[in-house]
Amino acid sequence: MVDETVNPTVPAAEHEQPVEVAGYWKLVWWKFRKHRLAVVGGVVTLLIYLVAAFAEFLAPWPPAEVHSRYTYAPPQPIRFQSRTEEGRSPGLYVNGYDVQIDREAFRRTFVVDPDLVVPVRFFARGEPYRLLGLIPFDRHLFGPVDPSQPMYLLGADRLGRDVLSRTIHGARISMSIGLVGVSMSLVLGLVLGGVSGYFGGAIDNIIQRVVEFLRSIPTIPLWMGLAAAIPLAWPPLRVYFVITLLLSLIGWTGLAREVRGRFFALKTEDFVTAARLDGVSEARIILRHMMPSFSSHIIASVTLAIPTMILAETSLSFLGIGLRSPVVSWGVLLQEAQNIRSVATAPWLFWPGVAVVIAVLALNFLGDGLRDAADPYST
Amino acid sequence: MLAYLVRRLLYMIPTLIAISIVSFFIIQLPPGDYLSTLVANLAAQGDQIDSARLTALRDRFGLDQPIWVQYWKWISGIVFYGDFGHSFEWNRPVSQLIWQRLGLTFVLSFSTLIFTWAISLPTGIFSAVRKYSVPDYVATFLGFIGLAIPNFLLALVLMYVSFKYFNQSVGGLFSPQYIEAPWSWSKAVDLLAHLWVPMIVLGTAGTAGLIRIMRANLLDDLHKPYVETARAKGLSERRLLLKYPVRVALNPFVSTVGWVLPDLVSGAAIVSIVLSLPTTGPLLLRALNSQDMYLAGSFIMMLSVLTVVGTFISDLLLAWLDPRIRYR
Repeated sequence: MVDETVNPTVPAAEHEQPVEVAGYWKLVWWKFRKHRLAVVGGVVTLLIYLVAAFAEFLAPWPPAEVHSRYTYAPPQPIRFQSRTEEGRSPGLYVNGYDVQIDREAFRRTFVVDPDLVVPVRFFARGEPYRLLGLIPFDRHLFGPVDPSQPMYLLGADRLGRDVLSRTIHGARISMSIGLVGVSMSLVLGLVLGGVSGYFGGAIDNIIQRVVEFLRSIPTIPLWMGLAAAIPLAWPPLRVYFVITLLLSLIGWTGLAREVRGRFFALKTEDFVTAARLDGVSEARIILRHMMPSFSSHIIASVTLAIPTMILAETSLSFLGIGLRSPVVSWGVLLQEAQNIRSVATAPWLFWPGVAVVIAVLALNFLGDGLRDAADPYST
Repeated sequence: MLAYLVRRLLYMIPTLIAISIVSFFIIQLPPGDYLSTLVANLAAQGDQIDSARLTALRDRFGLDQPIWVQYWKWISGIVFYGDFGHSFEWNRPVSQLIWQRLGLTFVLSFSTLIFTWAISLPTGIFSAVRKYSVPDYVATFLGFIGLAIPNFLLALVLMYVSFKYFNQSVGGLFSPQYIEAPWSWSKAVDLLAHLWVPMIVLGTAGTAGLIRIMRANLLDDLHKPYVETARAKGLSERRLLLKYPVRVALNPFVSTVGWVLPDLVSGAAIVSIVLSLPTTGPLLLRALNSQDMYLAGSFIMMLSVLTVVGTFISDLLLAWLDPRIRYR
């Protein structure tokens, strides 16, 4: 392609600049690398997916472990002690709680007791689990030395469950719903957008009307209507798939537009005409000649579509018509924060929201950088 | 212009029909039909429904007839008599419940739209003219944050802050004394005083998007030859900027109404639930949870219909502003 043509005025190969011989994907990578925020976004996104993959190891507790003694326990800061004193060995520790029961309000109040020391360590032994679903293991990245002691780095919720552990486990559902949903919409978008852009004419007209229709109706009321019809008795996994399906049924339109636009732009390019004159079949023209030249654009659009899906799932679950507990997703966790009074007593319930914002921000930066890099020839 | 108008109007008809079919589909989704729910509800209250009324109702909704007949009875009732069916939960005709809430939803959505424009226009221009300056980065970053925070979370945080630090609630659209009062000048003023919180909450995402669009469009135009020409002729920078490139870059503001408006109406639903505003959102959610399907379906349909009509009006505006559109 373009990068293989040698400029005849350049006398010898040793004068070639690296940029002149670099392939398309190399140019994309160079351009992407220059976009600092996008690189940071990419790294953060990768980290979040790693967190989701190793949630059991990273979370100190299983997500559903209930401790009725510690309802709404506040976060404990990690402290470090360097000297040995009173029989304590040096190391990391958190302070325990002094629980007082307020007789008038019938509420527990927690006071961090500086005398109560709960030693914590890396690779602490805890609840056994299977790493990546395969390897049996019982070490957690961080946890109390004695597993019966409390450790709430980000506080506890209404049932005394650890907010940190739940947020880490929530990443799995929330981040994967974005990926699965986008893959489904990608299939729809590629097929319908491709058909629309490649054939044009009446088919294009019909598909475009459908796209316009779907874009012109407010999505959240529609999702609410469809999601509310999911029977309460369904198992969580089925609800998960139906919700993803609903999200992608409406979310494919953006991708379809992008694909259609690319097809329209490429259809009249010389290399496509050349391939056609060579007698290449339609399927091969699409798959071998046209697809590679816009796959980078598709990757960028896909990346930008994931955060929309994540936000949609979070919103629906927050309203109580998406995923429901016992499933742990960020939206389900934020449901706990729905009541302003419980948030006022336990503002740490907002932590899953922080996770949503970081994830969406990272994916948006990444997608933005990818979109810019997808056209490495423009300056 | 007239031909364009007629064409757009004709395009709208299939869209409206499709919306009504989707809404009817949503009404039909839960198991059981209108009458079995009604009988069950009445039985739960200890009442018995007499068989004459039952037959009358069955006839009215065509429940023993095929689905398209039911659809036709439902839609023709709406189109010809303004009859949206009956709400079980409220035991009132749906049409009595929806109009005021729909109106407030659209007041909220349109004022947010204006707010979004008012913020993003100057910010976008500034960002483009002073590209890569500190304020440009700040605006860009804030814009991204605005995109990344879910509306309902922002509403929650605002509520938390005002509850915790100012000890007052920000929910609602009216002060208590105006909630039941008939419309008056002072009630409208009261509405405006309450409107700004949901407006900011709703507007963040759209503002962020429009700033990006404005900045990108203006950047494309700033270095075109006609700008250089005008500058060479000695036009002052401000006049030059506002008179030419900004005007060209403004087009997307009107043309994006088509997708900004559905987003706003959609976002308004969820923000209203969190802030308990008397708009469609909370009632829709309640109707869905209690399977009050005629109410829920009517809300979804009317929200969509009004959005489509709003988009249509914005398209007409755009065609009037920019003659190129009419001939496309």
